[in-house]
Amino acid sequence: MARVPALRATAYFVRTYARTWRASIMTTFVNPTLYLLAMGVGLGSFIDKSANHAVLGHLSYLQFVAPALAASAAATTAASESMFPVMGAIKWQKTYYAMLATPLRVGDVLAGHLIWIAARIATAVGSYLIVMAAFGATASFESIAILPVGLLTGTAFAAPLAAFAATQDTDGSFSLMFRLGVVPLFLFSGVFFPLSQLPVGLRVIAYVTPLWHGVDLCRRLATGTVTAPGLAGHLAYLVGVTAAGLLAARITYRRRLLV
Amino acid sequence: MISCVSPRTSGELTVLGLDPDRDGPRIRARLGVVPQEDNLDPELTVRENLYVYGRYFDIPKMALRERIEQLLGFAQLTERGGDRVEPLSGGMKRRLTIARSLVNEPDLLLLDEPTTGLDPQARHALWDRLYRLKAQGVTLVLTTHYMDEAEQLCDRLVVMDRGRIVAGGSPRQLIERHSTREVVELRFTPGETERMAEKVSDLADRVEILPDRLLLYTADGDAVVEALGRRRLEPLSVLARRSTLEDVFLQLTGRQLVD
Repeated sequence: MARVPALRATAYFVRTYARTWRASIMTTFVNPTLYLLAMGVGLGSFIDKSANHAVLGHLSYLQFVAPALAASAAATTAASESMFPVMGAIKWQKTYYAMLATPLRVGDVLAGHLIWIAARIATAVGSYLIVMAAFGATASFESIAILPVGLLTGTAFAAPLAAFAATQDTDGSFSLMFRLGVVPLFLFSGVFFPLSQLPVGLRVIAYVTPLWHGVDLCRRLATGTVTAPGLAGHLAYLVGVTAAGLLAARITYRRRLLV
Repeated sequence: MISCVSPRTSGELTVLGLDPDRDGPRIRARLGVVPQEDNLDPELTVRENLYVYGRYFDIPKMALRERIEQLLGFAQLTERGGDRVEPLSGGMKRRLTIARSLVNEPDLLLLDEPTTGLDPQARHALWDRLYRLKAQGVTLVLTTHYMDEAEQLCDRLVVMDRGRIVAGGSPRQLIERHSTREVVELRFTPGETERMAEKVSDLADRVEILPDRLLLYTADGDAVVEALGRRRLEPLSVLARRSTLEDVFLQLTGRQLVD
């Protein structure tokens, strides 16, 4: 596989991960289980009894929240894999520099790392899907497409965030990015309640950030309510953000690593 | 620039007959790089570090495994092969970094201050390894602040001051050209140094006045010491020694601290 230079870089991340995979795989299943139990089943048992249930499009709360949580798992995995590890590879372990002393080029190093991040996102979404199935939250056949859509939602975060991380001198801004970026998006992108409950101003913010697009598309896939224009719109948006992020990362990586 | 990581600002540069702008990966495939700061992966084992790095060069797995055992022997790390890198001593890490730079059997080895921060035993062990490489026909390009290191290892060296080459040649040539054969160091009671300098100024080609001692540059140190005796000058201590590269370096770049 390693004829492709980028994959040689990916092999490094696979190997470092191999040292801790057991613990890590466990948590990727534990987290979805806890979320679906607490939100889907626990909170859901109240919501499903409430009179206002029609807002959820006559879905059970578990059905409503589970695919959205899968999409947000993609986003949070992407965020945690593409900020600190990128900084680490530049400043702490200097892995990128070791790679660049070999035939690998900046583009290979960037692509190799992003391929690895994509694999981590896919694992996170995949384990969500498995847990969802166990909870009976995957009603439709299209649910399986949550995997690629979740992955794409993740890359729409990973690529721009890696681009951003490569411009930073310290990791100080990363926790801020989580607190003021990722967490608010998680709370206000229609994961836990429909966007129609939000004032218009806030709704617009949700529409322009990638998470809502991933959430809405995953939810429609899980419930079999996806429409062709909806699908095309969401996909175009997520692909667009990912592509812009890749371009930006190419620039910031070159600026940072070729001095 | 030689390792094709920094774009050149101006001028001509060919490395191994190739153009760094165009053939970066091809040049780096034949290059070994020992950076000033180790960028080993502390989480991985000694062997894994070599393995991952060798794979960046796309060295076939079987050949690489064999090569790694040879390199471990070369770096005297065979017993630590299965240990993680983090707890290794500075000297061991340095030897591992050098072993790693040899994984692709380079024609040209770039070393950036290879022994900075090492204890004398570790330095000598490293020098010994570098000697062997030189004997095998590997070209070593090394930067160092240690003049004894340059004297030990270099066939040809250039002295750089503020980014400019101020002198070049073999260690012997440089000493002949920029210093005298021998140096006599005299210490007097503090406060007397300047007065004494006048009394001995005719004994040497050049007298340098330092706060704590006088340096007399001369072709024949013993003759100067004898002359001192005849004049009944009695310094606190007298040391006649051969000129070293350190004298040359200080003569060329001055004694002022450069920060």
